[in-house]
Amino acid sequence: MTITRRQLLILLPAAAIAWDSILAGTPEASPNYNMTDHWWGMLIDVTKCIGCGTCVQACQAENNVPDGYFRTWVERYHVADWSIENPQVDSPDGGKHGFPPAAKEGGKNFFVPKMCNHCADSPCTQVCPVGATFVSPDGVVLVDQKYCLGCRYCIQACPYGCRFLDPTTNTASKCTLCYHRITKGLTTACCETCPTGTRQLVDLKNPNDPVHKFIETHSVQVLKPHLATQAKAFYYGLDGSVR
Amino acid sequence: MNGIPVEGFMYPNEIELQWSVLIVLYPFLTGLVAGAFILASLERVFRVDAVKPTYRLALLTALAFLLVAPLPLQLHLGHPERSLEMYLTPHTSSAMAMFGFVYMWYLMGVLVLEIWLDYRSDIVVLSQSTTGWKRLFYKVLTLGSSNISDRSLEIDNKVGWIITVIGIPSAFLLHGYVGFIFGSVKANPWWSSPLMPVVFIFSAMVSGIAAVMLVYMFLCWARRVPIDMRCVDTVAKYLFYTFLIDFTLELLDLIHRIYESDESFRSLDFMVHTKLYFPHIVIQILLGTLTPILLLAATQVLPISEARRKLTYAVAGCLTLVGIFAMRWNVVIGGQLFSKSFLGYTTYKMGFVAREGLLVAIVLTILPLFILWALIKLLPPWLETHSLDVSPLASAHGDD
Repeated sequence: MTITRRQLLILLPAAAIAWDSILAGTPEASPNYNMTDHWWGMLIDVTKCIGCGTCVQACQAENNVPDGYFRTWVERYHVADWSIENPQVDSPDGGKHGFPPAAKEGGKNFFVPKMCNHCADSPCTQVCPVGATFVSPDGVVLVDQKYCLGCRYCIQACPYGCRFLDPTTNTASKCTLCYHRITKGLTTACCETCPTGTRQLVDLKNPNDPVHKFIETHSVQVLKPHLATQAKAFYYGLDGSVR
Repeated sequence: MNGIPVEGFMYPNEIELQWSVLIVLYPFLTGLVAGAFILASLERVFRVDAVKPTYRLALLTALAFLLVAPLPLQLHLGHPERSLEMYLTPHTSSAMAMFGFVYMWYLMGVLVLEIWLDYRSDIVVLSQSTTGWKRLFYKVLTLGSSNISDRSLEIDNKVGWIITVIGIPSAFLLHGYVGFIFGSVKANPWWSSPLMPVVFIFSAMVSGIAAVMLVYMFLCWARRVPIDMRCVDTVAKYLFYTFLIDFTLELLDLIHRIYESDESFRSLDFMVHTKLYFPHIVIQILLGTLTPILLLAATQVLPISEARRKLTYAVAGCLTLVGIFAMRWNVVIGGQLFSKSFLGYTTYKMGFVAREGLLVAIVLTILPLFILWALIKLLPPWLETHSLDVSPLASAHGDD
């Protein structure tokens, strides 16, 4: 078979595209997963958190999060008396190794796990100059590491401090809600390892999801509701002092 | 993290500042561009003849700074090689995505075109009166047209006027948009304000006018020609009035914040009285705003001798630039020193010899002055066509 110059000119770009796909590799198969069937969120029951930091460790191990940066962390609050506008907060190393004994007595003490709120109207995706960060059809805010410029505008725009510039890739990084796991029917690493069931993945499109039912029937709160980000990290038992 | 001192509680990812001194430079440089252009438009559109000696200089100053303006951004990006994506696949909801388009429009659609039209007759003359590579350079710049007949120059003038008229809102857009990049971040109460774009525009005008005034005075001194005092007095008058508007707007923002005292106020107020006290209160407000305003006010109301006025303008101009740079610093750096939890403060550690360090910032600040020097050498602002020996060929009706 002979190929004419004209045919070669047509074939070369097609071959280049094909080669590009080969180099990109084959994504792991999730044959039964349909993105539009889900709308993911998280329930965080503050009353159950014991501040052990297992979730932080699991997240770092599962997602290769560099030391000193956090896709999730735990904060410890101490509110003396009625002054909820002046809480004392600490989070040594993101609470990864737990917390030292509290020096403060009286008032109330509690732990608050934090993570990306996977906002439906996320300010971070709004500002990305190239659309490298986006809300997936199943409601997870993700970053395309191969496309991100590293301008860090999204980090500035996140009201919850959930993003950072990964020094190993020089791109924005954040909680992916363990997307590689949840699309295979698993739960997130932090939910999986939480010894008290503080964190629970919720599918807000699934009416039969018991966590969904819990959110439906209990008083839950999101962080910074006045910013109207349509956050999907729902907190149960949240104190008004939490920022 | 990395031994960065923290007071109170910061979200763990907030401890390291994301936008460095290079992002401070970016609005400073684009502000000079917008301000210089608006000064140039005074002569062209508003027929303020007194500022004519600064007209071309203002255009060249704007071009020199505009050419450097994207460099700090480029150096700041984690992946500078991907920056073209902003042109190819812009995300339309992003204020930053529009930067490339606003920048290119302003550079190619306004500034370069206006400079070319204004200099066209000079370029034609120079392409015939020079030799060697310079001749070739000017030949290329003529774009093949050597027609400098009265009719042709009249058309140039008309088109130039139209471009300047379009250029004024474009200059406002260029810098107003920079203000919007910050002002639209609702997560950050130090930035989030609808006044931000307006404050940026007026501070841009202040810095641009001051920069052109200083460059003009310096060049007169360097060329040993007398300073046109009517011109400098007028420029200083505009600087004074613009500065008053700028300061009023900033005060309005401040009073609004103090009176409203929302959830962020106590945290921001504490920051201004501690970490930001020196750059904000001392440098920006006392030294860089009130002092030049008082100096300029004195020249407006007191009978001051010419020599002292020159000195006053020079001092006021320098302090103005310091003040506007401090304003950019306080916006960009100040906006990252406090926690979005309003419970703590971090520290900005600026390296010296680093990719985003002080040395690079200094080089990027000086670079436009070298470019301006080269532009002045190639396209002298004081060159007038009629003072040159125009060859019959050039003045004849050429290839229209």
